[in-house]
Amino acid sequence: MRTVIFRTVAPYLTSLMVLFSIFVLLRGHNEPGGGFIGGLIAASAFAVYGIACGVSPVRRAMYFHPMALSGFGLLLATLSGLLSLFFDVPFLTGLWTSPHLFGVELDLSTPLFFDIGVYFVVVGSITSVALALEEREKS
Amino acid sequence: MAGTSEKNVDLTGIMISTPTEPGDWLIIAPMVICLGFGASLLMFRKETGQHAIVAMFALGLLVLSDIALLMRVLEKGVISMTMGRWLPPFGISFTVDALGATLALTSAVVAFIVAGYAVGSAGTSQRRYGFFPFLLLLMAGVSGSFLTGDIFNLYVWFEVLLIASFGLLILGSEKSQLDGATKYAFPNLVATTLFLVATGYLYGTFGTLNMADIARKAAGLRDTGPLMTLAVLYLFAFGMKAAAFPVNFWLPASYHTPRIVVSALFAGLLTKVGVYALLRTQLTLFSAERAVLGELIAWVAAATMIFGVLGALAQSDIRRLFGFVVVSGIGTMMAGLALGSPLGLSGTIVYAVHSMIVMTALYLLAGMIYERAGSFSLHSLSGLYASHPLLAAFALVLVLAAAGLPPFSGLWPKAFLVKAAIDVGAWWLAFAILLTALLTTIALGRVFALAFWRGPTGETGSAQPELSTHPALAYGALFALTTPVVIFGVYPEPLVQVAGSAAWSLLNGSEYIGAVFPSGSGQ
Repeated sequence: MRTVIFRTVAPYLTSLMVLFSIFVLLRGHNEPGGGFIGGLIAASAFAVYGIACGVSPVRRAMYFHPMALSGFGLLLATLSGLLSLFFDVPFLTGLWTSPHLFGVELDLSTPLFFDIGVYFVVVGSITSVALALEEREKS
Repeated sequence: MAGTSEKNVDLTGIMISTPTEPGDWLIIAPMVICLGFGASLLMFRKETGQHAIVAMFALGLLVLSDIALLMRVLEKGVISMTMGRWLPPFGISFTVDALGATLALTSAVVAFIVAGYAVGSAGTSQRRYGFFPFLLLLMAGVSGSFLTGDIFNLYVWFEVLLIASFGLLILGSEKSQLDGATKYAFPNLVATTLFLVATGYLYGTFGTLNMADIARKAAGLRDTGPLMTLAVLYLFAFGMKAAAFPVNFWLPASYHTPRIVVSALFAGLLTKVGVYALLRTQLTLFSAERAVLGELIAWVAAATMIFGVLGALAQSDIRRLFGFVVVSGIGTMMAGLALGSPLGLSGTIVYAVHSMIVMTALYLLAGMIYERAGSFSLHSLSGLYASHPLLAAFALVLVLAAAGLPPFSGLWPKAFLVKAAIDVGAWWLAFAILLTALLTTIALGRVFALAFWRGPTGETGSAQPELSTHPALAYGALFALTTPVVIFGVYPEPLVQVAGSAAWSLLNGSEYIGAVFPSGSGQ
């Protein structure tokens, strides 16, 4: 798959897909989208980059190991549920706050952080599977 | 967006309005501890030097929180917490009774001790593959299964523990391990699928997945709904998970392949999760159907006991032999379920606790024998009594305990079960239990006689195998597992009382329902 066209396009395509995955992740609370589908889009972005340019550039570009990203996501999701410990409500209760930052009202909530956690779990696990398969093909 | 709207929505009847008591957080604490620390270990997967100490700390915390949870349940009765502040049955409830709390505590203690053994034995390569993160995720699955009050959530925790167990099974990626993992994975996935099918069918019938809600609605649907079909589907699915005859073939075919700490953990915990799920579905949800199925369950129990122990008699590899002993123990536990009387269920629960501890200890013993004699085969093992008298003493205690002989913990549950069987006139079931005890004594006595008593035959496996496990940690783990076996044998009163109250709450669903729906709310 290492044609010139594909290798030239792949970095742009990958960055666009990752950007789009974050957009899908953030719009997910009330509209179609969310952490799972966003994570799948990001994982396919890394898979495309891996097919075009090889696995080791992807690993270098991600900096963290995919499994470490997965662990971070799981931890973030767990902690977002644990926040309700301080508000006398059961585990995983949705807690909202709307701080004004730079003149913009920003809706922050524990479901958002939970969703970001899901995003990282999906990115990490699917990417590590995809990269492992792409590596095997070569040898 | 939900945050920007200033509309005042009336939340009564939708969300829980009373503040959550801090003590109720104990219900969710075991899963939070395991997932949080497991995820952290996954993040720092390269720092394998720190894994052991973090995992031991997390498992110690898990034991403490399970102790506190059990004490709270014994003090306050069944307790429940519904996630996300939604009122049940819309939120997912975690409902803990004495049965769930007891089994969760026992599993945490066993996992803590096994992790201690693994600290001394898990080489760096196994740690890089992630023994400790998988162990913590497995414990999240096991604790979640014991504590959840939602049937679909139970399925999710089963998946969590199944995936973690696949990972643990193939640590090392040897050919025989992949072979064992295939035999383990296939029947388990079939059982999981059946479980999912049954749950979908149940949701179609009841319109709810909350177990307390199902128990409450079962009486009204008994004439019109296919409750018997559901009960049989769950019996088959969980029977397969628990390794009951005739779907028990996967257990002896796979449990001898992974590393010995993993075998010990599986033998102690996983099948008991299946037994717990059987008790929960057959008694809390479908008690009337269980009464009809009692005869069938009794035959299955007797067949599992007898065929399991006959398999053990035929084996010469001690790990496979212990695998068949695990299967035979499952039959003993199902005998109590078949009888369905308070005494019989007490026997089942005490036996589950006993079996978790003893089966784990037997596999650790097998690992220690292998390190000292270089073989798992009864053909070549010999003369261990002369060379390792302390190990022989532990082995004797465990053999007697597993066979159900006094003065160790195996005696009491079998005595209860025999009495409960005679009480209802099921002489043949009592006979099967006693026959199994006799045959187990012979099967395990054979191990003791050949490996320990027999004088050195000269044909030992390898010349002088090195001890890959630190001897102090290995003996310490064995000692920690044998101590409760002796204590529950000599002074069973506290355990029997806890098991009695667990059996009572299983048979009287009103307390379980009342904990989730105080004063009949949400009708």
